[in-house]
Amino acid sequence: MRHAGVLAALREGPRARLLALGREVSFAAGTRIFEEGERADRFWIIRNGTVNLDIHVPGRPAAVVDTLGPERLLGWSWLCPPHQWHLGAEAVGQVRAWEFDAAEVLSLCKDDHELDHELLSYVVEVIGRRLRAARTRLLDLYGPYGSGPQP
Amino acid sequence: MTAAPLPYRVVGNRAESTDTRTLELEPAGEALTGFRPGRFAMLYAFGVGEIPVSVAGLRHGVLSHTVRGVGAVSRALCAMRPGAQVGVRGPFGTEWDLASADGDLLVVAGGIGLAPLRPLVRAALSEPEAHGRLNVLIGARTPQDLLYRRELAAWGRPYCGVTVDRPAPGWEGEVGVVTALLDRASFTPQDTTAFLCGPEVMIRATARELRHRGIPPERIRISLERNMHCATGHCGHCQLGPLLLCRDGPVVGYDRAEPLLAVREL
Repeated sequence: MRHAGVLAALREGPRARLLALGREVSFAAGTRIFEEGERADRFWIIRNGTVNLDIHVPGRPAAVVDTLGPERLLGWSWLCPPHQWHLGAEAVGQVRAWEFDAAEVLSLCKDDHELDHELLSYVVEVIGRRLRAARTRLLDLYGPYGSGPQP
Repeated sequence: MTAAPLPYRVVGNRAESTDTRTLELEPAGEALTGFRPGRFAMLYAFGVGEIPVSVAGLRHGVLSHTVRGVGAVSRALCAMRPGAQVGVRGPFGTEWDLASADGDLLVVAGGIGLAPLRPLVRAALSEPEAHGRLNVLIGARTPQDLLYRRELAAWGRPYCGVTVDRPAPGWEGEVGVVTALLDRASFTPQDTTAFLCGPEVMIRATARELRHRGIPPERIRISLERNMHCATGHCGHCQLGPLLLCRDGPVVGYDRAEPLLAVREL
């Protein structure tokens, strides 16, 4: 089976050991998967469907800031303090995913250094990629004057 | 190609977004020939000035140009009603050269960069047997800024994806950078030809990602823009290192452009 995203980043052994901890879940369209500020004690690998990540804006609808599709890692706040979601997540349509309990995974990683290293490396890469994307979007590239004043 | 602008008549002016319009021009007399997807014309708003604008459509002798009204000339062009006259010089520059793309096609556009790619997509759709899979990936600022909305549904063969930076209420599409759509596209990297147009930060990020996925740099074609004035390679305003983009561009292979785009303030 050909994998992409997080599953492609892990070698066969660590991937199998991680997937052994996962359980299949599904979310109906519009389901709030987690809310900003709540305790981040799990994460998901999306199998089908799309999830919107959003920021709560007082008095207005939540602002969607990113979209995650199949094979993507949903949630990394479980990995580091303060272990709280800093965004909210909502299923756009029907979403199927593998759900992982963060405590179980972290417990396994204490003894399984191969999985620990590969998973941590992948999560850091994801964080870096999303940070780069966010910084790029700060430039408002598609605005009338693109990335700032012209010389 | 002519040195003096030829008169063309505005036969259509359609709003694409709040500040962007597509003009349709037909010759008022002698017609210019040789326009191809990727090339550009100098459009002259009489009494105001002249700007370079890529060809956004080529049908039955009618030239389409999509113009964003951000300066004196572009606003004057956007304000032109059917029947008005505009001066046209051209065609200038290099083309996308779809004919040499034998495998899958990957079109990646950002913002108004979709305009020069539209005739390429139309040409690819008109001869599906000549190419592999056609993937069109589009990034826009907001859903309201998306160009050619009525055409997009027909562009996916197999995939046409749109992502925006700032979604509006009711938007059910993707949110984020255009490179995130690459995972949804179907293509065989070593046999794919990619066509990129948009802000240069987007072009660089996309080209790097495509290189990472295995598309050879000479199969990545990008459209670059500088301050084009004469359009004939004489004035030097559009110089990018050894290239004069009005003559050697706007379409350039990434194998040539990559080192140039890495130079600060070039």
